[in-house]
Amino acid sequence: MADPASGMMAGTGPPVLELDGIGVWLSGREVLRDVRFGIGPGEVVGLIGANGAGKTTIIRVVLGLLSPTSGRVLIAGRPRPRRNRSVGYVPQKISLDPEMPLRSRDLVALGLDGHRLGVPLPSRRRRELVDEMLRAVGATHFADARVGSLSGGEQQRVMIAHALISRPKLLLLDEPLANLDLRSEQEVVDLVARIAKDQGLAVLISAHDLNPLLPVVDRVVYVANGHVASGTTDEVVTSSVLTELYGHHVDVIRLHGRILVAASPGLSAERGELEDSIDGATAV
Amino acid sequence: MFTGFMVNTWIVATVVAVVAGTVGFFVVLRGSSFAAHAVPNAAFAGAAGANLIGASSVGGLLVFAIAGALGISFLSRRGRRDVATALAMVMMLALGALFLSFSNEYASETYSLLFGEVLGVSSSDLLPTAVLAVVAVVAVVLFWRLFLLTSIDPELADVRGVRTSRVELGFLVIVAVVTSMSVPVVGALLIFTLMIGPPAAARSFAADPFVAVLLAVCFSLATVWTAIALSYLTTMPIGFFVGALGATFYLAGRAHAVWSGKRVRAASTPLEKTLRSSMR
Repeated sequence: MADPASGMMAGTGPPVLELDGIGVWLSGREVLRDVRFGIGPGEVVGLIGANGAGKTTIIRVVLGLLSPTSGRVLIAGRPRPRRNRSVGYVPQKISLDPEMPLRSRDLVALGLDGHRLGVPLPSRRRRELVDEMLRAVGATHFADARVGSLSGGEQQRVMIAHALISRPKLLLLDEPLANLDLRSEQEVVDLVARIAKDQGLAVLISAHDLNPLLPVVDRVVYVANGHVASGTTDEVVTSSVLTELYGHHVDVIRLHGRILVAASPGLSAERGELEDSIDGATAV
Repeated sequence: MFTGFMVNTWIVATVVAVVAGTVGFFVVLRGSSFAAHAVPNAAFAGAAGANLIGASSVGGLLVFAIAGALGISFLSRRGRRDVATALAMVMMLALGALFLSFSNEYASETYSLLFGEVLGVSSSDLLPTAVLAVVAVVAVVLFWRLFLLTSIDPELADVRGVRTSRVELGFLVIVAVVTSMSVPVVGALLIFTLMIGPPAAARSFAADPFVAVLLAVCFSLATVWTAIALSYLTTMPIGFFVGALGATFYLAGRAHAVWSGKRVRAASTPLEKTLRSSMR
């Protein structure tokens, strides 16, 4: 398995996010064990694993929605406080009625001060900030459209603007590429990578397929059976590391810049779960 | 039509329409229609009980409506929201039936509690209505952004440290307050119409939440004023007109949505552009 220390990035100061030996038990079952990795400023890290491997649990722990049974979550070197606006979050999917009277610019503005009491007073500064954020994610031409009427990729842009307008140091995206067509996938990935570099933002993107993220991730955190392996793609996505992680022999094939992960034939019969775990990581 | 008792009716009905339109916007937005139907049913039981013991009916309405809101909120955290709401509603309705069975003015009493009474508004109703209206409007203004944020995605609000279940509870209490001031005029069954019809129509016409609320209030006022006038002139029940007009507005909203469906992506609807430019 990759050395956990390689999870510490080059650069100065404490990492923006550090998970230190996180363990989670849910209803008597161990869901995560000794999860440790860190993300530095300007770094994009892919959180890769099949459905049910523990990606969402990790995200919920980082967001403070779930308290870990053991271990610590450090943000900028300090324990995570209950209210933390230095973390931006883009949920997997928001389901909005297409007729809901809420425009893209309203949703972005709520990212700035949606937790506050009172009606927002019209202010030039606020409007300029929202316009600037909409421009940064390329959402200007649907700024006044209802969020519910937008396509999946457009909604993702608006949600990213919503998450970033409060200038967080860390951005979490939960399966942002699910339900997107190939072109939107590419656009969202490029957008996130560009903003991360421009603003020195630490980014954690979860995905069940690593391939669309390959051009932009600095490192990957691979999740399987509640364990993680973290490091650069070349360090982690190898037959030996993944075989140890899954507990079964796994082949890693690199083909025209894509990575295919597959279980050796016959092994899936031994344990049903293996088949599922491998499926998600496979690019076909 | 504008003399004696009717003056009180016009004043109270106008206040009710403004508040129901405003709060109703969030009822529709949050998908809380069923709760907005259940809370007035609880209030109905309260009014029946208050009449029975000779207490103030607004007091009875308020106590039972808030108890209903708390009950729905409490049960919803432990089970499915719709089932919890239905259960709370049925319990309250049964209680109302029990209280009414003890009363000797059964028929007329039930009728006005359920369907409202245009001429039933007395001068003593003015102050409580005004106070409750101010409470409801101030609460909506205070919670404006939180209501919007939590209706988009509860988790989105959770991660920002917003206690979503408390916001929901606060919202139901506001619905209870609106109910309590409205039941004496429009009745327990019809306040629901007023909270759903106009706001549901308004959101088809406007994409901007502010404009949508203003429109909801306008539609709600148009509904109530027209209903009172027609009821006065025809002596047909006001409830019929409130229901029919509420449904008409909703249908008009749907028709507008379908008609403009091909240009859903258009920045804003023509009506909204006109409204916004006239607001400047």
